Amino acid sequence: MNEVVIRVENVIKTYQLGVINHGTLRNDLQSWWAHLRGREDPNRLIDIYSEEKNRLKGDLFYALDNISFEVKKGEKVGIIGKNGAGKSTLLKILSRITRPTEGRVRINGRIASLLEVGTGFHPELTGRENVYLNGSILGMTRAEITEKFDEIVDFAEVREFIDTPVKRYSSGMYVRLAFAVAAHLEPEILIVDEVLAVGDTAFQKKCIGKMGDISSEGKTVLFVSHSMAAVKQLCPRSLLIRDGKIIADGPSENIIDEYLLQSGSVDGITEATFDEDREKEAQLRKIRVLSQEGKVKYRFSCDEPVILELEMHFNKKIPGLYGYMTISRSDGTLVMQSDSFDSSPNPLDDVEIGTHYFTITIPARSLAPNKYSVYLNFTSNRARSWNVDSPRTVCSFELEDHTSRRGNARQGFFSTMLEWKKI
Amino acid sequence: MISSQIDKAEFWTMEISPKSGWLDLNLREIWRYRDLLRFFMHRDFVANYKQAVLGPFWFILNPLLNTIVYTIIFGLIIRVPTDGLPPILFFMSGIIIWNYFSACVLNTSNTFLAHAHIFGKIYFPRLIIPISTVIINLLTFAIQFGVYICFIIYFAFQGVPIHPNIFILLLPLLLIQIAAFGLGTGLIVSSLTTKYRDLAYAMGFGIQLWMYATPIFFPLSLIPEKWQWIFAVNPMTSIVETFRYILLGNGYFQPWILSLGAVTTLITLIIGLVLFTHIEKTVIDTI
Repeated sequence: MNEVVIRVENVIKTYQLGVINHGTLRNDLQSWWAHLRGREDPNRLIDIYSEEKNRLKGDLFYALDNISFEVKKGEKVGIIGKNGAGKSTLLKILSRITRPTEGRVRINGRIASLLEVGTGFHPELTGRENVYLNGSILGMTRAEITEKFDEIVDFAEVREFIDTPVKRYSSGMYVRLAFAVAAHLEPEILIVDEVLAVGDTAFQKKCIGKMGDISSEGKTVLFVSHSMAAVKQLCPRSLLIRDGKIIADGPSENIIDEYLLQSGSVDGITEATFDEDREKEAQLRKIRVLSQEGKVKYRFSCDEPVILELEMHFNKKIPGLYGYMTISRSDGTLVMQSDSFDSSPNPLDDVEIGTHYFTITIPARSLAPNKYSVYLNFTSNRARSWNVDSPRTVCSFELEDHTSRRGNARQGFFSTMLEWKKI
Repeated sequence: MISSQIDKAEFWTMEISPKSGWLDLNLREIWRYRDLLRFFMHRDFVANYKQAVLGPFWFILNPLLNTIVYTIIFGLIIRVPTDGLPPILFFMSGIIIWNYFSACVLNTSNTFLAHAHIFGKIYFPRLIIPISTVIINLLTFAIQFGVYICFIIYFAFQGVPIHPNIFILLLPLLLIQIAAFGLGTGLIVSSLTTKYRDLAYAMGFGIQLWMYATPIFFPLSLIPEKWQWIFAVNPMTSIVETFRYILLGNGYFQPWILSLGAVTTLITLIIGLVLFTHIEKTVIDTI
């Protein structure tokens, strides 16, 4: 089992700043004209986060800066790191979506990558047709899909609707079917992005179970996730990426501790704005963690509510849009899931074009004292691309218990005061 | 490194590296993904035909309406000579050929922009998309061609001298040429639109202009002989003229025009493939 199946050698990926955003002949002519007169390029990108400055060399941004590692047959390797560290770029190169600028990757074996579930699903096609289309996009042949078809349909629990166009599916059914196709891929090497983090919990478990089965059959798995708990569960080994470099490689437990220690990911971030992306039909532009009085705050008492304020911009009316949120403890354990259907009517459904504000209130005395991070995702199964906006892990807050007897030593998930009564 | 000692014994099924040759056309891989080609064609077919109640009916109505409009404008008002053929037969032949060509070009020219989302999430040979487009459009052509044949039969019964000839066996070759030329042009445009998006808008207008520069509303015989070579560089000229000649027995069938058209077609297709296979590797970084 010592055979190396993935060898990444000195991979570098750079992006030319300024080129990314041109896109029109007019801008190119403008830049050329400015250059000719010795002026500064009016189309140059100047907004670079200060922490990313050390990844800039001249006009080149180093998304991956000399990455090398090996994966042996049957290994399950987690890839962790902050947003923008270079995880996605690495995945894109391994999945052949883009090419490295320098270096090379060699792979031995049939490889499949799962950066999203349901890629290529078409609303007009029936469930059956979509299974075949999606399966073949993922690299299965028609014969392989036919062989697995019954298993996929049973797994997704959609047998009676399999010949109905998926535009009539509920979002749950849609996700289940998309997952089911992906879960029945049988490559020798599997690359998985955070896709498992969507869908309802019961089905997620079923899927992780299925992935576990696959990996116990000697398959090699590369797994990228923000969920430290999931990485710990699936992968004995992890790579930690920061600023485009691998800074640690070893047993997942050690690596995860190191990651949480030094990066703290979104720890302490109570306010975040997002650059406008006109491609998105709707976008989270800003999030703030607020106290009842409307002040931005990080450390809360368990006795006060935590209010998340979302500024969203809609370029389009999107029927069926809903928000999905998870709250995770600092060690990565998922503490709670919620979506905008918790409120009726769902406030995000079919909102008029323009900028709108929403709040999510986490009531006082609900979560236990700890540090938390908030993950957000916006989805509609009737939008052009099913995932409308995925800002992912965006902000954090901390809860302290000053009033209960045990205070911050109070363990568990809740800080709810229970009634103890003599009757 | 320890691993380098066993390097020789290792076998790699795939290497991902920055560069490859100037024409990196992996036909074997495209063949391996032939099922995907089928399902994409099926998807486009459903999207085109199932959605509208009248579905295929539009594909019949469109060339008919166009033919009526152009017959009135060019045949009755301007009185363009039509090589002695009934104007309807003359114009319609050009229109259905042009429809197939322009559909190939316009539908493949937005390959990258329309599929940016899928391309950003999964790898498969990108050429599958334009190839499926070109094949699926052939179906639309077949429908329109069927209607056209009905017209020919009708006019033949009316006593109009129509002489289809043995060269009608060339029809499949002619269709392959349109497909190849449409694909090549579409690939060039799709590669350029990833860099210059405004080109997509210019394309609609460009195609229209190109149509008027092709002998669709006039016969090539109307052009003085010394200027004909300018028209002959455009492969659509020989295609339209040959199409008329083999079906109606009346058209400008010249071997030198045919071969010049074939050369242009081949060059266009090769340029398209080179550009496309070059761009596809990193297109997702800039789109």
